[in-house]
Amino acid sequence: MTDKPATPGKTAFANWRDYIIYIGFVAIFLIFAVTLGDRGFLDPNNLLNIIRQTAIIAVVSVTMTFVLSTGEIDLSVGAVAGLASVVTAMAIDQFGIAGGILCGLGTGVLVGAVNGWLTTAVGIPSFLTTLAMMGIARGAAMWVSGTAAIPILSKTYTGIFGAGNLGPVPSLLIWVLVIGIAGHIVLRRTTFGRQVLATGGNETAARYSGVNTASIKFRVLMLSSIAAALAGMLYAGRLHSGRFQFGEGDELSIIAAAVLGGTSLFGGAGTVIGSIMGALMIGLINNGLVLMGLEFSQQLIARGAIIIIAVAISQARRR
Amino acid sequence: MTTRAEAGRSEPTPAVRMRDVSMRFGGVRALDGVHLEVAAGEVHALLGENGAGKSTILKILRGVQAPTAGTIEIGGVPLAAHTAEAARAAGVAMAFQEMSLVPTLTVAQNVFLNREIKAGLGLIDDRAAVAEAGRLFARMGVAVDPTAKVADIPAGHRQLTEIVKATSQPCKVLVLDEPTTALSRNEVERLFDYVRQLRDNGVAVIYVSHRMDEIFRIADRATILRDGRHVITAPMAEFTLESMIAHIIGRRSRGFSDVVREQASVGAPLLEARGVTGAGKPAGIDITLHAGEVVGVAGLLGSGRSSLARVLAGVQPMTAGEIRVKGRPITIARPRDAIDAGIALVPEDRARQGFVAFHSVESNIDLPNLGRISRRGWINRAKSAELADGAIERLRIKTDGRAAPVRSLSGGNAQKVVIAKWLATEPDILILDEPTAGIDIGSKSEIVRLIRNLAKSGKAILVLSSELQELLAACDRILVMSEGRIVRDIARASLDGAQGGDAADAAQHAEQKLNEFMQEARGGFQ
Repeated sequence: MTDKPATPGKTAFANWRDYIIYIGFVAIFLIFAVTLGDRGFLDPNNLLNIIRQTAIIAVVSVTMTFVLSTGEIDLSVGAVAGLASVVTAMAIDQFGIAGGILCGLGTGVLVGAVNGWLTTAVGIPSFLTTLAMMGIARGAAMWVSGTAAIPILSKTYTGIFGAGNLGPVPSLLIWVLVIGIAGHIVLRRTTFGRQVLATGGNETAARYSGVNTASIKFRVLMLSSIAAALAGMLYAGRLHSGRFQFGEGDELSIIAAAVLGGTSLFGGAGTVIGSIMGALMIGLINNGLVLMGLEFSQQLIARGAIIIIAVAISQARRR
Repeated sequence: MTTRAEAGRSEPTPAVRMRDVSMRFGGVRALDGVHLEVAAGEVHALLGENGAGKSTILKILRGVQAPTAGTIEIGGVPLAAHTAEAARAAGVAMAFQEMSLVPTLTVAQNVFLNREIKAGLGLIDDRAAVAEAGRLFARMGVAVDPTAKVADIPAGHRQLTEIVKATSQPCKVLVLDEPTTALSRNEVERLFDYVRQLRDNGVAVIYVSHRMDEIFRIADRATILRDGRHVITAPMAEFTLESMIAHIIGRRSRGFSDVVREQASVGAPLLEARGVTGAGKPAGIDITLHAGEVVGVAGLLGSGRSSLARVLAGVQPMTAGEIRVKGRPITIARPRDAIDAGIALVPEDRARQGFVAFHSVESNIDLPNLGRISRRGWINRAKSAELADGAIERLRIKTDGRAAPVRSLSGGNAQKVVIAKWLATEPDILILDEPTAGIDIGSKSEIVRLIRNLAKSGKAILVLSSELQELLAACDRILVMSEGRIVRDIARASLDGAQGGDAADAAQHAEQKLNEFMQEARGGFQ
C-alpha cells in the first residue's frame, strides 16, 4: 500500500478537466439548491420534471456521441424527430400501435440509410448531407400532416412512450437509462465502439488497420436517425400527438450536450455518460433560469453564456 | 589581408558566398563551419546524405533560419536580414521539394500568388496571368495548362509549376531541391535545357539531388556535406561516381555494428507476387519472399517503393498481377484481405498511417486485432490487456503503461507500438516501410535486430528504406527499384569486400557498392 507510486493521484489531478461535466453539474446543482431552494427547486416533482424535459435530448445525445466520435455530425436529428412523431401518430390511427411503432422506426431507418449512403458512397460531407436532410424531413412532416397536430388516443402507446410512469419512475427516465447504458457499453466494450473511436481518431490509420471506415460511418448515421425517430415517438407519446414542430432546434442542444460531456467535435474521443450528464446540465440550467423568474429573452442569453463557459473549460486541454 | 583583396579583384564576385556557417538546434550541431560558394553562371550541385545539413544551409540561404554563426553574401552584398523577404529581394529563388502550391487554385494563379497581375482599378487580371504563365511554360518547352487547377494536374506538372513559379521573377540565385522526382524522362530533358539557359544568362543554380546521373550531366561544380561539415568543393571533372559516393558516405561508425546477420536458413516461399501493378508507380513487379528471409528494397525518391508496399497491403488498389501466399492465390481488394492472408504493413508515415496519437498504447495495439480479443463483438478486456502488456514487454516499449497515449512516447517507442500492433496479427509476411525514419540511432539498431529475430522465427520480411546502412544491416537480399520496376537483385553477401578488412571497412565497402548499383540502375534504365 505504502510503496504504491504517487502517479494515480497525480493523473487524477492532471485529468480533472475530464470530469469537468460532473464537477460543473454538481456545482450548478448546489448553487441552485441554495439560491432557489425556497422557490421549489429541490421539490421532487421539479427534479422529475427536469428529467422529463431533458430525457428526449439525452436519448439522442447517446447516438450523437457515436456520430461525433467518428468525426461526422448529424444536423437532421431534430427534424427527423418531428417527422417520426407525425408518421407514428398517423400510422397508429391507421394500423394500430404495432404499426405505428414500426412506421416510426422505419422513418429513422430510411433517413439514416439516405444520410449514410450520401455521406459514405457519394462522398458529400455529413454536415451538408444532414443539413439538407433537416429541411427535407421538416418539410415532409409539414406536408404529410398538413401542418396540423395529429392526436394519439392510445393510452398504451402514450404510457410506454413518454407520458407514463413505472411506479414513481417516469417511463422517459427508463428509456434514457436503457439507451444510455447500452450506448456506454457498446462504445467502451465492443469492437464496433473501438472502430468508431479509431475512425474518428485517425481515419487513415484505421483504414490501414483493416477497419472498414465507410461502413462504420454508415452504421453510426443509421443509429443516429433511428434514435432521432425514437425521440420523435417519445415526443408524440408525452404530448399525445404528432406535430411537425417537435424537435425543432434540438440538434443544437444535443450537440452541445455531447460536447459539454467531453465528446470531441473533431472525432476520436467521446463518452456516453458525459453526454447524458451534458443533457441533464442543460435541463438543469433551463429549469433554474425559469425559477429565477428570468424572461425568455434573458434565459436564452444566460444559457448561451453558461454553455460557452463550460465548453471553453472542457476544451482548453484539447489543443 | 592583401591576398584576399587581390583574390577578390582577380576573380569575379561569387553570386553566393556563405562562410563559416554554423547552426545549432539546442545541443545538436546541424552545421559546423560550412562554406558554400557559387559563381554566377554555374550549376552547383549540393550533395550529402539525409541529415548532412543540406536543407539547413538552404533554409539559411533562403532567410527562413538565422545561422548561429557565419556570413552570407549574395552578389557580394551581405544579406540585410535573416528573413525570406530579404533573401528574395537579394535575388534568391527556390523551387520547393515539398509542394508550396495551393491545390484549389489554377496553375497561373499559383505562379503569381501574392503578386498578382493587376488590371485597372486594382482588380486581378486573370487573363494576363494565364497568358504570362503560358509564355513561361513555353520558354521551358513543356506543355502545362495554366488554366488547370493544381489538384487536377499530374505530380510532374506540379513540380514544373513550382520551378516556373520560382523563376517567374528575375533571380540571381535559383535553388532546385530534388526537382525531377516526379518528372518523365522527356520533362527532365526540357528542365535541363531550361537550367542551362538560365545558367548562360548568369543565374547561379544550386542543384540538390540524390540522382548522380543527373548531377554528372548538369552540374559544373559540386559541394559535398557530411554530418554538418564541409567535405569538398571541386569541379565535376575531378569526381568519379565512386569518389563522389565515397565523399558522401564517408567512413564512420554506422551504429548497426551490434546487428548479427547470421546466414539465414531460407525456407519455403511465403509470398509470390507476379506482375504486380498499381495505379502510377509499381509496374509489373515480381517478388518472392521466403520464410526466414529479409529482403530489402532500395530506390531513390519517386522510385515507387512505398506504392508497392501499399498495393501488397491492400491500401492502394492493384490494377494487374497476381499474389500467392503459401502457394495459394489470393485477392487483395482491401486492407482486411491482406491482414487475413497474413500480410502486415508497418507504414511509412507512422503519425498519419500508423497510430491514433491520442489513443492509448493498448487501443492502438488492439485495432487490427479486434477479432482476436473479442467474441461476437464483445471485447475481452483481459485479453486486450494481455496483448498490450505482452507487446510492451516483448518489444521493450518504454511507456507509463498500456493506458498511456501513444503521443506521450518517443519516436522510437511509438514506432515499436506500430510494429507491435502488426506483430500481434501474427503475420507470416511483414512489410516495413522506412521502419527507422526519424528515430534515434539506438532504437534504429534495436529495430533492425528485431527484424533479424523475426526472420529467424520463420517470417518473410520485406524492408523498404532510403537508408542504405539499414538495408545492409538488416537484409539478406536487396532489390533495387527504379521507375516502378525492380532493376537489380543483389545478394547481400556479394557486397562484402573480398579482402579481410575490419567490420567498418566491410560496411563502407558494401554501402559504396550498393550506392553504385543504385545509381547505375538509374543510368542504365535511361
